[in-house]
Amino acid sequence: MTGYIMKRLIAMIITLWFIITLTFFLMHSIPGSPFNEERNTSEAVQRNLEKFYHLDEPLYVQYGMYLKSVVTFDFGPSIKKSSQTVNEMLGRGFPVSFELGIVTLIVAVFSGIALGIIAALRHNGFIDYLAMTIAVLGISVPNFVLATLLIQQLAVNLAILPVATWSSPKHMILPTLALATGPMAIIARLTRSSMLEVLTQDYIKTAKAKGLSPVKIVFKHALRNALLPVVTVLGSLAASILTGTFVIEKIFAIPGMGKYFVESINTRDYPVIMGTTVFYSSILIIMLFLVDIAYGILDPRIKLHKKEAS
Amino acid sequence: MEKVLEVKDLHVTFTTYGGEVQAVRGVSFDLYKGETLAIVGESGCGKSVTSQSIMRLIPSPPGRIADGAVQFKGKDLTKLKESEMRDIRGADISMIFQDPMTALNPTITVGEQIIEGIMQHETISRQDARKKTLEMLNLVGIPNPSERLKHYPHQFSGGMRQRIVIAMALVCEPEVLIADEPTTALDVTIQAQILDLFKDIQKKTGVSIIIITHDLGVVAQVADRIAVMYAGKIVEAGERREIFYKPQHPYTKGLLNSVPRLDLDGADLIPIGGSPPDLFAPPAGCPFAARCNFAMEVCDRVYPYKTHLSRDHHVDCWLQDERAQKMLAGVK
Repeated sequence: MTGYIMKRLIAMIITLWFIITLTFFLMHSIPGSPFNEERNTSEAVQRNLEKFYHLDEPLYVQYGMYLKSVVTFDFGPSIKKSSQTVNEMLGRGFPVSFELGIVTLIVAVFSGIALGIIAALRHNGFIDYLAMTIAVLGISVPNFVLATLLIQQLAVNLAILPVATWSSPKHMILPTLALATGPMAIIARLTRSSMLEVLTQDYIKTAKAKGLSPVKIVFKHALRNALLPVVTVLGSLAASILTGTFVIEKIFAIPGMGKYFVESINTRDYPVIMGTTVFYSSILIIMLFLVDIAYGILDPRIKLHKKEAS
Repeated sequence: MEKVLEVKDLHVTFTTYGGEVQAVRGVSFDLYKGETLAIVGESGCGKSVTSQSIMRLIPSPPGRIADGAVQFKGKDLTKLKESEMRDIRGADISMIFQDPMTALNPTITVGEQIIEGIMQHETISRQDARKKTLEMLNLVGIPNPSERLKHYPHQFSGGMRQRIVIAMALVCEPEVLIADEPTTALDVTIQAQILDLFKDIQKKTGVSIIIITHDLGVVAQVADRIAVMYAGKIVEAGERREIFYKPQHPYTKGLLNSVPRLDLDGADLIPIGGSPPDLFAPPAGCPFAARCNFAMEVCDRVYPYKTHLSRDHHVDCWLQDERAQKMLAGVK
């Protein structure tokens, strides 16, 4: 197991290096610089600024310096908000985004799986059709549309929930709902179809022939096998939730990382672009890694380590 | 001999978009203590449906036991509540399925899969259940069982898996074991081992076995009595020797003729021409009439009466009808 984890860690670092390199050069190939603004700054001031941020050095030198700063986990100061470092921005924005992301993921996974199981057990019944209609709607309606609808109906018309911001559990309901519906729908559909398939397997018949109760058959014998495909998509779903938070944070005025991310691109705030990208990529890579580990735990046929059983 | 199980006039239908399929059309047989009954027939004749109906394991809907009774320990299994039926499954009547590769749950250790069956039916500590499992694995010939208990199905070969499936079925000491094509998915040497295991276990535990197969070689090896099924009906039944040496139904004869034989050097197999009737609308007469070389008009119109040839041997065929024998005697 440790050998496998070591191997994965090395692969993760290489992946991260690719992302850093690609982002770095792409970012610098965008025309313009942080100091191109309407405001007229004198040539000399501009040159001084560029010198201060090492923007006058050749690109490969800048790249080398950047790699060094990544290794030391110091993403430097923001160019636009010079009183703040990127680390401070991440430290302030990430906990909020993380909270939103995790709550969303939990809601999506549990409600999606529950909906999928119910639909599968009532296959072709009313509940099945209802659940799948909800699921299709959830997949087809973009989360920003859903978010605006939710705000209009629940916050403005009925006035039972706050419109925006992130200050109490009550404030969390709408953004979470808006963000979780899509992933929930995907998980529900996947759980349903994989559950239906598993329920026709011979080992389910064996379990029935043993005299096990339906509850045991569903939760002990069927669910674990049915969840394998669900776990597979969990990694990429986590990614879509993560990126989804940008839009949702914007709509609900949530002080998360999305704000910094979008702003930094618009203003060519190089250190912030790099910092947020590297940070998000690391989280994604770690998520995918965790999914693989979970896969190995759920399905003993998948061996994460070389230790061969006789 | 003590009767363990009695199936009486069992009818099973499946509702499909195309109409009702009458998969089993009035099957009756008895099972005695400690014997092995083989139900043979070609694919789709209703042998698996019959066995699964005894356990009430046919998918419902679309399947339905339309008529008949299954008497077991003074109870009619077809009338029991689902929860009462669950107490019988695995404890009193067990079942083994065809493919050991898919019959075990790939994500649960084999030990747990056997132990959970015991815990379901007996008030017993986990420790004792584990001990019982070990004994059972020993009995079915799994080497080093205390270690193997912790392994997953994919770590076993096909033959070993079938042994585990058998252990799982027998661990609660059922009175009846239904084995649905238990050796079809195995290669021939393993097949022989598994069949020996059946005989061995039957001797030790006195379990009654219903074995479902289309392989007459298997039948010859293990069966005490044989029931031949065709188009949802038992067309001939009797002791093994009677069926193999004195088959009376043209279908039984056809089946036996179509077995490859070593002594007929080079001769072609003799297949039964044609195919079984459509069970959406089964024929009024003998379902085999269309394929039978000896069919008469009566065969097409009226289903043959049951003719008893000896205490156990009976056949549904007009050719064997007693009245014909009497007529013959009159002429002589």
